[in-house]
Amino acid sequence: MAQMTMIQAITDALRTELSNDPNVLVFGEDVGVNGGVFRATEGLQKEFGEDRVFDTPLAESGIGGLAVGLGLQGFRPVPEIQFFGFVYEVMDSISGQLARMRYRSGGRYSAPVTIRSPFGGGVHTPEMHADSLEGLMAQQPGLKVVIPSTPYDAKGLLISAIRDNDPVIFLEHMKLYRSFRQEVPEEEYSIPLGKAEVKREGSDISIITYGAMVHEALKAAEELEKDGHSAEVIDLRTVSPIDIETIIASVEKTNRAIVVQEAQKQAGIAANVVAEINDRAILSLEAPVLRVAAPDTVFAFPQAETVWLPNYKDIIETAKKVINF
Amino acid sequence: MASKTKKAAFDAKKQLEKVEEQFETLQILNEEGKVVNESAMPDLSDEQLQELMRRMVYTRILDQRSISLNRQGRLGFYAPTAGQEASQLASQFALEKEDFILPGYRDVPQIIWHGLPLSQAFLWSRGHFEGGNIPEGVNVIAPQIIIGAQYIQAAGVALGMKKRGEKAVAITYTGDGGASQGDFYEGINFAGAFQVPAIFIVQNNRFAISTPVEKQSAAKTIAQKAVAAGIPGVQVDGMDPLAVYAAVHDARERALNGEGPTLIETLTYRYGPHTMAGDDPTRYRTSDLDNEWEKKDPLVRFRKFLEDKKLWNEDMENEIIEKAKEDIKVAIKKADDTPKQKVTDLMSIMYEEMPYNLKEQYEVYKEKESK
Ligand SMILES: Cc1ncc(C[n+]2csc(CCOP(=O)(O)OP(=O)(O)O)c2C)c(N)n1
Ligand SMILES: [Mg+2]
Repeated sequence: MAQMTMIQAITDALRTELSNDPNVLVFGEDVGVNGGVFRATEGLQKEFGEDRVFDTPLAESGIGGLAVGLGLQGFRPVPEIQFFGFVYEVMDSISGQLARMRYRSGGRYSAPVTIRSPFGGGVHTPEMHADSLEGLMAQQPGLKVVIPSTPYDAKGLLISAIRDNDPVIFLEHMKLYRSFRQEVPEEEYSIPLGKAEVKREGSDISIITYGAMVHEALKAAEELEKDGHSAEVIDLRTVSPIDIETIIASVEKTNRAIVVQEAQKQAGIAANVVAEINDRAILSLEAPVLRVAAPDTVFAFPQAETVWLPNYKDIIETAKKVINF
Repeated sequence: MASKTKKAAFDAKKQLEKVEEQFETLQILNEEGKVVNESAMPDLSDEQLQELMRRMVYTRILDQRSISLNRQGRLGFYAPTAGQEASQLASQFALEKEDFILPGYRDVPQIIWHGLPLSQAFLWSRGHFEGGNIPEGVNVIAPQIIIGAQYIQAAGVALGMKKRGEKAVAITYTGDGGASQGDFYEGINFAGAFQVPAIFIVQNNRFAISTPVEKQSAAKTIAQKAVAAGIPGVQVDGMDPLAVYAAVHDARERALNGEGPTLIETLTYRYGPHTMAGDDPTRYRTSDLDNEWEKKDPLVRFRKFLEDKKLWNEDMENEIIEKAKEDIKVAIKKADDTPKQKVTDLMSIMYEEMPYNLKEQYEVYKEKESK
């Protein structure tokens, strides 16, 4: 096994699927010779040729529309949106087109497209680069939305996403790209979409989260342990559709939960998880389910980023509120 | 099935050739600083010519200092400008104060010369909201990050000017990559449809990050994209300050006469990396190409031109270099002295009035920030 960063694991997954399936195509802005601005597609054009891995003109809407069309032709497009803050430029292709392909063709066509894109705070990007917009994607029926938190998961989930016959939005947290390495098998493997992972077992409270916040939650759980509180940490991995079984089983065991997201609080994944818990397990709850999230402003630029982003201390504080309710 | 002897319904080859013939590059000063197109020579006084040179030298220094400030962590986002001085500064030089500039992220020099204080440009680079808080009377908006967005907005600003009967134009900038965005086409098309006083500049520096301009489109020039919008388009030597000035000046005259918008493509080159965030041009550009373009340098040719006319000398050059350095020192100090941006600042500028959630969160973050 090799030690890989998340970015290496992503490149490896792309290479695996480019090798496995001649219909897989990788394209986007600067993904060819340059290997992508984060080098996620490093070396792939050289290895698979410009026919399979290519630069497009600069237009996100064009990239999305091209993916829809190539999907109709039986290809399996894996386009990259250079930063997910630019998704607004391609919203119609995603929500108006890809997500409705089955409906619009009466089930005749699907849209086996995986849109990969970096996002996430803590790396001092300029405006419109770091925003967590997974809530916006999850609002759209017809899409699957995946956010890995480790190199191992990134490879297995990306392989599943590419093989999936429905459109998948695959969001890669920039801070996790190179922050740590992990053992990642060189051979192929897949992790099913829609399955959460219990990262740490606990009995007093469930901390449900995803993406970079998984690591903050694990840190918080360690601290809580010192104070005698046993926290279970769940990494959703797929934020739409969510793994309701794992969530509910955990809440029924711990009777308390908080949901943590890096995105602003005012809408999004956490609100949906809370609502699902209330719908399904309210009688198991000993306390209200609270959220930890960023404040409801635009993403803060570098100077205020560290205060703006939720961290393990916020998680501990909210967890204690729920535990001591 | 069509028979092989049937005459083609249309002559595709001829059509394409005809379009391309119309888009020769306008040049006034050649690489040696000699005037090669006397009839297009703009009407600029000696003082104006010297001022344009001063601005180009100043901006080259600003670029060098910005790069090193960025490396020291004292600036945030920065997109280098060296090589593009003629394209950027001569186009702004053809404007009046009333004209409104909608820049892209590389177009900070134009808005500085249009009146944005240098200290605010530095704050903008750091992502500080005060950087975008443009002083009253300076007709610019902060640089756009979303490629192409400013193009349609320029049509809107220009339509507003037309409705109010103002004697002014809106001018906007994008790059060769930006000219592939839907917003680019919508911008020039709307402006044509409403016949508004707008000038659309595409600074074709041959690359969009790593992607060469040849991969952006089958069109041989970007200027010819004007044809489909029903507006005039012109390609100019973007390393030639006089050609850039002349094209923008004439486009502005047309606009003020109610003759509508113009698209101007400036052929230029960025010597540095795309931005300071880890771009490595050696991955996608050859040093031969760099050398070829550095020979066309706008400062070199304009300096020769002015020296031949006895309008420029080393003392003048040194004087403006010193002034640039001093201004930068003062401005960076001013930026440093500006209180750091806080989350509560962001909250108070989200809406005219804070909704319940922000009001609650404001208290929480005020508390956090006081620690
Ligand atoms: C909508 C959008 N897509 C992608 C980007 C990322 N990006 C920033 S600059 C750039 C290349 C732009 O090239 P060009 O238009 O030629 O301008 P230049 O940088 O050369 O001045 C890209 C792809 C962005 N900022 N906005
Ligand atoms: Mg360019």
